[in-house]
Amino acid sequence: MQTQQKILVLDDDADWLDLCREIFLQLPSKPDVRTASSARRALAMLESEPFRLLICDLKMPRMDGLQVLAIVRRRFPGLRTVVLSGLEDEEFRSRAYALGVDLFWLKSDMQRNSKMFTECLESLLGHDTDGGFRGIQSKSLMDIIQMECLSRSSSVLRITRGPLVAKLWLQDGELIDAEAEGARGEVAFRRILAWKSGTFENLPAEPGRERTITKPINALLLESAQAMDENANPSTETQFVDASHRKTIWKLSLLTREGAEFVIAVPPEGQGEPEALGTQSADQLAIWTRHAAEIVKELGDKIEAGPLSHISGNNLEKQLMVLPHGDKSFLVGWPPGAASNQLLEQSRKLVASWDS
Amino acid sequence: MGFLKKLSRLFRSRAGVQQLPAGSVTVDRDGHVVTSTVSSAYPKALLGEIGRDVLVLFREARAAQMPLAEVTIHFTSLRITARELRGGAIIFLFPQTALSPMPT
Repeated sequence: MQTQQKILVLDDDADWLDLCREIFLQLPSKPDVRTASSARRALAMLESEPFRLLICDLKMPRMDGLQVLAIVRRRFPGLRTVVLSGLEDEEFRSRAYALGVDLFWLKSDMQRNSKMFTECLESLLGHDTDGGFRGIQSKSLMDIIQMECLSRSSSVLRITRGPLVAKLWLQDGELIDAEAEGARGEVAFRRILAWKSGTFENLPAEPGRERTITKPINALLLESAQAMDENANPSTETQFVDASHRKTIWKLSLLTREGAEFVIAVPPEGQGEPEALGTQSADQLAIWTRHAAEIVKELGDKIEAGPLSHISGNNLEKQLMVLPHGDKSFLVGWPPGAASNQLLEQSRKLVASWDS
Repeated sequence: MGFLKKLSRLFRSRAGVQQLPAGSVTVDRDGHVVTSTVSSAYPKALLGEIGRDVLVLFREARAAQMPLAEVTIHFTSLRITARELRGGAIIFLFPQTALSPMPT
């Protein structure tokens, strides 16, 4: 006999909780729907009895949804989580997915498209209850694309790798378009395949999408796999020089496309030379970058302010960004007129592409 | 009651979570705190550390031929914005919460 699944809905709006309860009770699996109007109450309920799914708002007094999700992820790793928020901001979507939520849905979309939302919930309640693997992190991107194509599905695969976002358009099991790092079509597809890690999300199909890729998917995957093998094992010195030259050209084009003035990649002391493009005073700036990152990280530890995200600075001639990335630090210089509210995102993209 | 009071005092004194500073601080060219609106409960020594590190950033940037007028350090839970003032600096400290807008 199938057991009744339990859903916990957390929101500080009592009317919204009533509405959700009414909607979720209509789900085909007839779940047991419980509600909580505060994070503390929700956590107490999760401690006291097993739930299958937590549906959580983001903006709440005292403890917000992101804090709740962080706690839930640690304490109840098996619990499925859905964010149902009114905050129409891509940033919160990314933060929620980074915390490992299964689904992010806007309240306005839920009201407009309640059927699709309830289908998603039903799917989260239903599948893989008897083991199997969760998520697709253990699969390579090639595997995922092949699975999508074999199932003859139509969808848009959104792939996120740090600040980089790419999309693949699939129509009836065929790859029709790709977009990544400012490129489109086959070039974009090859760039995406070079990404070694990331997160994936299936979006609804876009049937009207213009077709830019005509080659069969198997041919494309084979070509890309061969190219990756060749890059990984350069057989002669000439090939190595060519690859290095191509890499420099590609980095310069990246710099120009994003509108940055210079980039300096600074490894930790004693682990190689800084790599710079677009500046004559790379050595001095590399010393400053390395030391700045070190003292600021130490300061962060002393005052218990958490890990360093980045350092920004400016004068009349330039805007600067220092970003830690792996064991390196990157200094990116921007012209004074560059839109300061986009510099962080652009710098992150540049750094992620630089090191890919 | 007396016993409970003693117990609560004991636990309070052992609480190890450091409060994040909020407010502004002015430091002179030697890193000494001149004025501050940060709560007096926050350790002065740590405010001094912040001031000195910020001055080092400005000084070394100048030495690298890249003098800076303003520096912002973004930690996960604290943003420190510093403006240079004739060798010293004025420093603004903003604790960050999970729903604070993303820094730029």
